[in-house]
Amino acid sequence: MKFTLVILGAPYSDSASQSALAFAQAALDDGHSIHRLFFYANGVYNASRLAAPPQDEHDLPASWTQLIKQHQLDAVVCIAAALRRGVIDATEAKRYQKDSNNIAEGFELSGLGQLIEASAASDRLLTFGP
Amino acid sequence: MKSLLCISRHSPYGTAIAREALEAVLAAAAFEQNIALLLMDDGVWQLKDQQQPIAGIQKSLARNLNALEMFGVDTVYAHQPSAQKRGLNTAELCIESIEWLDDDQVRQLISNHDHLLSF
Repeated sequence: MKFTLVILGAPYSDSASQSALAFAQAALDDGHSIHRLFFYANGVYNASRLAAPPQDEHDLPASWTQLIKQHQLDAVVCIAAALRRGVIDATEAKRYQKDSNNIAEGFELSGLGQLIEASAASDRLLTFGP
Repeated sequence: MKSLLCISRHSPYGTAIAREALEAVLAAAAFEQNIALLLMDDGVWQLKDQQQPIAGIQKSLARNLNALEMFGVDTVYAHQPSAQKRGLNTAELCIESIEWLDDDQVRQLISNHDHLLSF
């Protein structure tokens, strides 16, 4: 089955991100495919490569980055939701004259159209929210 | 074309989630998708008239709800028991075309759609 996951929760704020990650891993282990991960609302914080959780806690953003890399997943971060929260890539940082960027490897900023396209192309759309 | 149902269950200004749900609905409508909106639980507060967000700090959500029709989302569904439980005055709302549903009708609405977007 082909899944698209919508992640609305920030890491460590609620269980949405952790649940989505566990679901994604289980689905892939079971031979299903993931058409797209779509990070929206507070979920965009999962794409920051600057999160530095305590060493005795699960590094959730790093786990996402690793999963995306390992399975070559399409991971889209809603650009409007990300920019207003300070999650930004090099191109947008330049456009808005910001002194740095923080998007992790494997994530891509794009529009809500990517969510709409994914819903049309997937068998199941799953939302992980607060 | 697959049909989408967006369920919005949070009040309008306490968090950004209600606004971002509406933005997703408007985006889907702009891409000419078959999308419907259902407000339930605290989401029915989004329908309240006389919303007066703080100028310059918050934008009115009622304006986005009113834009739905222009984007081709003709009917907004709302869960009647949620409104009743909260004492929402259904005579004074910020939009006109609302279809009130009971539990069974919500169940049916959900099963009539291919995908759910749950906020």
